[in-house]
Amino acid sequence: MFSFCADPSTLDPTRWMLCYLTSGKHVLFYWSFGTVLLLLAVTAPAALAFGFGGAMAARSQNPALRLFGKTYTAMVRGIPDIIFFMFFVIALDQALEWGLHQWRCPEWTDPIRNGLEFKVCPAAKVPPGSAPQIWHEVYGFVLAVVTFAIVFGAFAANVLYGAMSAVPRAQLETAEAYGMSHRQVFRRILVPQMWVYALPGLSNLWLILIKATPLLFLLGVKDIVYWANELGSSKTDTFAYPHGDWKLWYFLGLLVFYLAFTRVSEVVLARLSRRLSRGQATMAGEAMRKAAA
Amino acid sequence: MKKTLLATALVALSAFAANAQDTVRIATEGLYPPYNLIDDAGNLAGYEVDLGNEICKRAGLTCEFVQNDWDSMMPNLNSGNFDVIMAGMSITEERKKDRLFSQNYMPPAVSFYVATSADADIKAGVVAAQTGTIQAGHVAESGAQLLEFKTPDETVAAVQNGEADAVLADGEYLQPVVDASAGALVVVETIPLGDGVGAAFRQSDTELAATFDKVIAEMKADGSINELIKKWFKEKAVLF
Repeated sequence: MFSFCADPSTLDPTRWMLCYLTSGKHVLFYWSFGTVLLLLAVTAPAALAFGFGGAMAARSQNPALRLFGKTYTAMVRGIPDIIFFMFFVIALDQALEWGLHQWRCPEWTDPIRNGLEFKVCPAAKVPPGSAPQIWHEVYGFVLAVVTFAIVFGAFAANVLYGAMSAVPRAQLETAEAYGMSHRQVFRRILVPQMWVYALPGLSNLWLILIKATPLLFLLGVKDIVYWANELGSSKTDTFAYPHGDWKLWYFLGLLVFYLAFTRVSEVVLARLSRRLSRGQATMAGEAMRKAAA
Repeated sequence: MKKTLLATALVALSAFAANAQDTVRIATEGLYPPYNLIDDAGNLAGYEVDLGNEICKRAGLTCEFVQNDWDSMMPNLNSGNFDVIMAGMSITEERKKDRLFSQNYMPPAVSFYVATSADADIKAGVVAAQTGTIQAGHVAESGAQLLEFKTPDETVAAVQNGEADAVLADGEYLQPVVDASAGALVVVETIPLGDGVGAAFRQSDTELAATFDKVIAEMKADGSINELIKKWFKEKAVLF
């Protein structure tokens, strides 16, 4: 970064620290904050979509769909995250490659499964073995998003299911009395009113999701906790910047980041909750009506 | 929608490089200096990275090092996400059952018991070791109470903060740690464990394993492997 960083062992403490904090490794650490924020930005809507689909399926009139919705929430909620991240992802990866293999290499005769090994033809590898590392990382990231969305979607499905059931029956009956179809009642009455009931549960999920990102390293995506751990561990003189165990300082930094992030989230969620309560037949909505009157 | 997007991306991904030369992907942990580490520029470096690149150069292979968590090494190797493991993995009978090893590229490692004082109880006390290593296996059999950690660094930290009486790990890893501790840590006992460190392959990948084997033998014969060992393990290195 700076020209005087060429030989760290000769620097005075201030410059040493300056060089240390701008080393290539630290730059990767700073970027990993972006990775985490990007993951959250993509995963939260995806998980919400999965949740919405799951809740709709669980409420469906169609028994098969209902069974699917209930099974999805029950199964995924019951499996520990770490198992999901270690085995489900490998299974998903293998399922994709198996599919591609059937499509691209029909004449391949070697068995795909051989003891513990899983071997498809080279054309079915995802990403291909010769792809640059960056594509492997992008692929890992996409798998991470899908996995997070499935896991958190199951929790969100249950929250939304509960919220949909919490909308007063009288509201729906009134809409039906006006002659609205099932679909119209769902879209115009149920969904707009359910958010206020879903918000506390969804905000819990959001905060848990923020803190769940260290699971990323199981997929080879290096997040902020991985880097804090790696940078903070004591370094011998194999490294250009030897130091003792500084994990405490790095994790204090993460503490500040997480607290600031969750604080901002809480402020935004509180506003959202106020906005959603306006005009609703809930205690909060009633209090707002009285205050305005 | 998501699935469609994903499928499109995958097809695109798998299409563009199908004609390029096959890359041998070598996985390492990046947390075990001087075997493998992340240098200050953020790149993988260390003895195994230098050695792996040299082997590939001599064998005319295109190789790429990738970082992977220690716990998920074997599932990922078997599922073909990479082809070789060079991550300070000691050759043991137990491990030979489910993977193929090259001949060792490090002589049988001398493991150190390190503690804060020379009279630490390594026979019946609490001894820290990294999960899934030969040292962890040895502690479990020795009658001492085994305290496992995910990374080597945590095992040393456990001794420093008094959680464990001693740590058992490779001497090459612990020696610099002891040197840097300014007397706070001492070597209590040294024992040889395992058959040395080798590269691991899928059981069906006999051809690739044989290629690595041949080059390693060649490098042992012409002494160039010793040069690399000296470069990374300094004067305390055990040579071939």
